Amino acid sequence: MSGPIHREESASIDRRAIGYIREAAEYGLYDIRGMGAKRRVPSFDDLVFLTASASRYPLEGYREKCDSKTVLGTRVAKKPVELEIPITIAGMSFGSLSANVKEALGRAATEMGTSTTTGDGGMTPEERQSSKTLVYQCLPSRYGFNPDDLRKADAIEIVLGQGAKPGGGGMLLGQKVSARVAEMRTLPEGIDQRSACRHPDWTGPDDLKIKIEELREITDWQVPIYVKLGATRVRDDVKLAVKAGADVVVIDGMQGGTAATQQVFIEHTGIPTLAALPLAVEALEDMNVVGEVQLIISGGIRTGADVAKALALGADAVSIGQGVLVALGCNHDSYFQDGRDVDATDDYAKLGTAPGYCHHCHTGQCPVGITTQDAVLEQRLTPEIGAKRLKNYLQVLSMELTTLARACGKSNVHHLEREDLVALTVEAAAMAKVPLAGTQWIPGLQQK
Amino acid sequence: MDRVKQFDLAKLSVREVNQFLHHELPGSGIERVEILNPDGSHSIAAGLDCDVAVEIQGHAGYFIAGMNKLASVTVHGNVGWSVAENIMSGCVRVKGHASESAGASGHGGLVVIEGDASSRCGISMKGCDIVVSGSVGHFSAFMAQAGTLVVCGDAGPNLGDSLYEATIYVRGTIHSLGADAREEEMEPADVERVSRLLADAEIDLDTSGFKRVASARSLYHWNAEVHQEY
Repeated sequence: MSGPIHREESASIDRRAIGYIREAAEYGLYDIRGMGAKRRVPSFDDLVFLTASASRYPLEGYREKCDSKTVLGTRVAKKPVELEIPITIAGMSFGSLSANVKEALGRAATEMGTSTTTGDGGMTPEERQSSKTLVYQCLPSRYGFNPDDLRKADAIEIVLGQGAKPGGGGMLLGQKVSARVAEMRTLPEGIDQRSACRHPDWTGPDDLKIKIEELREITDWQVPIYVKLGATRVRDDVKLAVKAGADVVVIDGMQGGTAATQQVFIEHTGIPTLAALPLAVEALEDMNVVGEVQLIISGGIRTGADVAKALALGADAVSIGQGVLVALGCNHDSYFQDGRDVDATDDYAKLGTAPGYCHHCHTGQCPVGITTQDAVLEQRLTPEIGAKRLKNYLQVLSMELTTLARACGKSNVHHLEREDLVALTVEAAAMAKVPLAGTQWIPGLQQK
Repeated sequence: MDRVKQFDLAKLSVREVNQFLHHELPGSGIERVEILNPDGSHSIAAGLDCDVAVEIQGHAGYFIAGMNKLASVTVHGNVGWSVAENIMSGCVRVKGHASESAGASGHGGLVVIEGDASSRCGISMKGCDIVVSGSVGHFSAFMAQAGTLVVCGDAGPNLGDSLYEATIYVRGTIHSLGADAREEEMEPADVERVSRLLADAEIDLDTSGFKRVASARSLYHWNAEVHQEY
């Protein structure tokens, strides 16, 4: 007997949950992947600008200047970092990325007058040479960390966590631990490398203060010291970082990416970037250090509008990782080699994915040659091509940023302010602490 | 010219002394620097990069001789956390006891603790050698990647947890081994290595009774079947 097929899907045990449970039951393994959170969370997309009209006076979009110079690390360092734009390149390691990519990041950042950042595994000569302004990360693993490179750095970033996996250490699976990566990290080639989640030589904020002083002593108090935090207990953590002596605090929201970690981390830890930023600003205000300690926000920044909204909410600069990789060709359906576009869809298929959906950075088999140490694959992106694409991308972000700032009547992008924004959803209004559009209502704020 | 220079931290700041050690000392012909009244100050002689003998006369704080290159630094007293952290070369000697994380993430050179070292001695070491005349605390040589830790006394709980390619030698009692660490046979090469390091450390002790601890390498590749039972 046949009848209609009923297709009432369970809201809790939906096809996605069924797939997850079946896979767990089949293999006894959890998912490890790259990139950031895929779930929809309140974001900068949920805010819009109240640009100038009768009550505000706009600047002419193409002719009147809008300054975007950005200075980071003015608190203590003798040589603060001076940038042409408030858009920086986030820390990504040689190991997770190819040497070509690291060089491309440095070239593009230098052309645009901004900084790039090392990652787990230390500083490569290529990136130091190609980067006018290079931030040197001090990570728990201390892979490749040494005083010579420390003294070559323009700033130091002590990494306590990142948005994709706050509280978790790093991971570089064996297929990416090539001979060169292994040598830089003093590890056997081909092993699954685990980076520690805690620093080896200090624990707690009181010790961090002494650690920061040590790094200042070693570098003769010349360069700024950033402290990077995954966005969890943001208000407390920012205050502790400031108290420990940070010149710059970097907050990485939950949309921030990684080359490899457990999916459960990526999707279920930390808070959205939109929620983290106002909390960080409030912490700086509470400690009366706005303007003295600079704030960089990262985690899911993609567009010039995102940058403008971040600045309006109180960030001094943004930092971009995944957007940068996409600009280089991540998730594109082809790569450019020997003067022509070469289709890469078959290589995506071999990984069980397709262009636009790929998060297989952890495999080292990047079809477009970005997150790989494979000698053949890494030739799919040359430093020249990568640098050109990234420079274009950064240029667009910068133009969009200044366009919005001028439309808000600002001659300096750092003059964007919270009052220039409203929210399109109640959630975004509550997190960003700006009014819901068309109302004076900021959920969660006490009415006077 | 005078080849010895003396600083008194009761009158000068650590910063002033370190600035001299970094910038004025190299090429000056000064061979020995004496630092008086450290009184627990942190980061004394951090970031040295020249062949000089530095004598710290008293107890000192955290990060003494951090990231040392080439210099020989001796502390005539006890030290706080992370003495000689990330040492690259040269020698750092503590005549007294050392607190946590002595020689953490050291890449090269020699660290000598004449007393005891507290927990996490040699954590994350990457090629340096550490010789402890006394005992070491828990989780010593945690995630140690390369180099040698010689312990003439006892070792606390979880010695060598998550070891990579570093080797540990212990003469006294090992409270317990950490994940993936195992005791192995002492080969003639091990005896020679211990003998050489004891001589370098100027510790007058024969090599009998030392046990070798190294990685079982069972954690080099991710294995979901172990259920945290390493």
